[in-house]
Amino acid sequence: MNFLSLFVLVPLLMLAGLWMSKGIKAIRGVMVTGSTILLGLAIALTCMYLNERGAGNTAEMLFRADTMWYAPLHIAYSVGVDGISVAMLLLSAIIVFTGTFASWQMKLQTKEYFLWFTLLSMGVFGFFICVDLFTMFMFYEIALIPMYLLIGVWGSGRKEYAAMKLTLMLMGGSAFLLVGILGIYFGSGATTMNLLEIAKLHNIPFAQQCIWFPLTFLGFGVLGALFPFHTWSPDGHASAPTAVSMLHAGVLMKLGGYGCFRIAMYLMPDAAKELSWIFLILTGISVVYGAFSACVQTDLKYINAYSSVSHCGLVLFAILMMNQTASTGAVLQMLSHGLMTALFFALIGMIYGRTHTRDVRELGGLMKIMPFLSVCYVIAGLANLGLPGLSGFVAEMTIFVGSFQNFDAFHRTMTILATTSIVITAVYILRLVGKILYGNPVNEEHLKLTDATWDERFAVICLIVCVAGLGIAPFWISHMIGDSVLPVVSQLIR
Amino acid sequence: MDYSQFLYMKEELSLIAVIVIIFVADLFVSPDAHKKDGKVHLNTLLPVILMAIHTLINLVPGTAADAFGGMYHYLPMMTIVKSVLNVGTIIVFLLAHEWLAREDTFIKQGEFYVLTLSTLLGMYFMISAGHFLMFFIGLETASVPMAALVAFDKYRHHSAEAGAKYILTALFSSGLLLYGISLIYGTVGTLYFEDIPAGITGNPMQIMAFVFFFVGMGFKISLVPFHLWTADVYQGAPTAVTSFLSVISKGSAAFVLMAVLIKVFAPMVAQWQEVLYWVIIASITIANLFAIRQQNLKRFMAFSAISQAGYIMLGVIGGSAQGMTALVYYVLVYMVANLGVFTVIAIVEQRSGKIEMDDYNGLYLTNPKLAFLMTLALFSLAGIPPFAGFFSKFFIFMAAFQSGFHLLVFIALVNTVISLYYYLLIVKAMYINKNETPIAAFKSDAYSKASMILCLAGIIAIGIASIIYETIDKFSFGM
Repeated sequence: MNFLSLFVLVPLLMLAGLWMSKGIKAIRGVMVTGSTILLGLAIALTCMYLNERGAGNTAEMLFRADTMWYAPLHIAYSVGVDGISVAMLLLSAIIVFTGTFASWQMKLQTKEYFLWFTLLSMGVFGFFICVDLFTMFMFYEIALIPMYLLIGVWGSGRKEYAAMKLTLMLMGGSAFLLVGILGIYFGSGATTMNLLEIAKLHNIPFAQQCIWFPLTFLGFGVLGALFPFHTWSPDGHASAPTAVSMLHAGVLMKLGGYGCFRIAMYLMPDAAKELSWIFLILTGISVVYGAFSACVQTDLKYINAYSSVSHCGLVLFAILMMNQTASTGAVLQMLSHGLMTALFFALIGMIYGRTHTRDVRELGGLMKIMPFLSVCYVIAGLANLGLPGLSGFVAEMTIFVGSFQNFDAFHRTMTILATTSIVITAVYILRLVGKILYGNPVNEEHLKLTDATWDERFAVICLIVCVAGLGIAPFWISHMIGDSVLPVVSQLIR
Repeated sequence: MDYSQFLYMKEELSLIAVIVIIFVADLFVSPDAHKKDGKVHLNTLLPVILMAIHTLINLVPGTAADAFGGMYHYLPMMTIVKSVLNVGTIIVFLLAHEWLAREDTFIKQGEFYVLTLSTLLGMYFMISAGHFLMFFIGLETASVPMAALVAFDKYRHHSAEAGAKYILTALFSSGLLLYGISLIYGTVGTLYFEDIPAGITGNPMQIMAFVFFFVGMGFKISLVPFHLWTADVYQGAPTAVTSFLSVISKGSAAFVLMAVLIKVFAPMVAQWQEVLYWVIIASITIANLFAIRQQNLKRFMAFSAISQAGYIMLGVIGGSAQGMTALVYYVLVYMVANLGVFTVIAIVEQRSGKIEMDDYNGLYLTNPKLAFLMTLALFSLAGIPPFAGFFSKFFIFMAAFQSGFHLLVFIALVNTVISLYYYLLIVKAMYINKNETPIAAFKSDAYSKASMILCLAGIIAIGIASIIYETIDKFSFGM
């Protein structure tokens, strides 16, 4: 069996283990063991991948394996990874690992919670290792549906509304996507659903590409919070429990960007070139509008959710710029945004768990009360606004440098407009930090609160190390990604 | 006369044997209604075992053959379809056990089995017909006992009413269908499936014949706009009968429609595709919109079944072999998922008498296993992976897409989102909504458990085990 299948097998075993475990200790045991193994696997995979590349293996995807599944329909279970998927797998493993610790205090129906949580992560891992259209779509949907119950049962606020809205919008997106996938498959006349083969054939008629490309891009774009289909995201994030917000903003939204890049743009490059201006405008709106919306929110989670819309918009924005630098930046941005949003949501969850409010107006002076959490919050904020030395800077810098390489006026204008989001981000982050962390406590009750417990500290420190690591030493990973975006980009500039 | 022809009918013959055995056994062991000792004599075990044996010995498809001068036409695919129906019938028997053990029904157990199996026998003949008269006899054999089954709880006002409604609509639709058949005879001069296509030119008379025929079948499959009886009958009939009606009756009629369209009406493909196109859109959309507003779960499942019938027709519309595979596969998957839902509905109804959606609020806290099965079955109906429903929906969309119905597939896909909404309403009721007086925790009996396990295994395994699809694919045929 292929090494990569372990990423699906381990969550499956975890599901079985959770099913049989009794008592909170056993459940936590299964979760910690499983997520540690996954993290170990992801790190091992990264090392193996770099080794293999270092040894001069230039195949587009490494560790490829095919198992025929539905022979009459040419559906196979095909796995394989390149630098992008390795980066995404690493990100997912980190988030699942830290998410486990962030939901350590979960009391209500713990077993069911972790069952759905693990199913969700199985979908995510499966999506990133597969290179077959059918299996990718299947794992994509597996990742979506647990969200409904995770938000609906364990969420807060208007959870039922948010859960239903999120599920229906994302499923609506996947309806577009399915038509797109069928269009790609039949349009290419391929006798396989393997996307590498379809890309090699490169024979979808242009007229058809112009229909299937927007459908596919929109389908994934809904998950990537593409304007105007981003409205599920603030509600969903605000209502979800902490670890689910982390996983959702940190990993699930990346499925959108990854899918747009790997399926929509890779397989239909001609239509992508023709129609990219429409989506560039939409993503440009996402970037700026998300940032402005974040400025006026009063709920901590809403601020972060809109900030996610802005940052994820930047991912789609960058891949539509269609050159190697910008695409590398897009993947770096996915990584960076995944890590720092997870960090943000974890911190917000911890603050909310103590103060029982997420309203900015009711918070203040937290630096004195819970110094550890507050310092971490400042770090997350600085990463978010792109301070050099942290991950956000690396990603955004690469994106804007790459975007500016397009010479025409349209792309340049869009780039300049998108850059303004950096300034707006600084506005809301700094105001937020000033308001809730410094100054005097607003509520006398808050003075009695305690700082983070060990499990919380552990989760937060893990994430901060990753954010800082990516910021300080980005080159090994950006080279890995840069080589891997090349096949896609070369299709686009052909 | 060559008696060896009877061997081609071995499936029908063995089913008749099962019916006779149950009938005779019922005569001897039927409890005296006056001296009831509280024991269930002819319990569910005998029919289930007989059906299992019957299914197993007829599992392997034979070779294509004609019998009785072409009246009876056998194709290997039919064995597959009949096996699917057999499995469904076994599950229905299992889930009916608790209802049949009740005071007022348990003296009629024998009748239930004999009537159900007679219906099944009618479907067998309908499936294997090679001549329109044979087809019609099969159809009637399937319909008339069904009406008796719907009115089985005859002391319940609803059941009797539903029985009357069913028999009237069934007769009316049979009349229309028969009229269509007679018009075909008028224009072509034969009723043999094999000879008709040569005479089909698509003239107005034949189009009219087709429309009448289609309307008659539309009633059986309950496609919009011929669906008006469905909700009332599903609600009124005993739950076990409703489940039989919603999967087995519908599944067989859908397959038969496809077979007849391919075999008989092939020269008129443009016309019937046009009709089906609009019927599919209407069925899926209208039924989905109605389902959102339902409170009674059986009515809810009725509208869900109408919309599912629309999806099943997506396999028919292309007329391709792949479409037929997708159709039979879809029917199989739909069957286990729907029967899973009905098992839960039946058992909850027996134990607590509750059938409204609000009654299910908080079911997860009291009966987690039932709620879990229900959730998986609903997810499968909605087409959520990794459950079988995802695969069947994907394949049926693929088949329709391949035949060039891109827009239709898109509309159907948008509708899956609506259907997901109302399926999630039940999930929401069970997991999220609070309830002051939830359904009390109870232990289900062995038969219901067996039914649940069969459905659960089906929901999980049918999608992942590709061999089932491949086996069906080997025998399917198209235009």
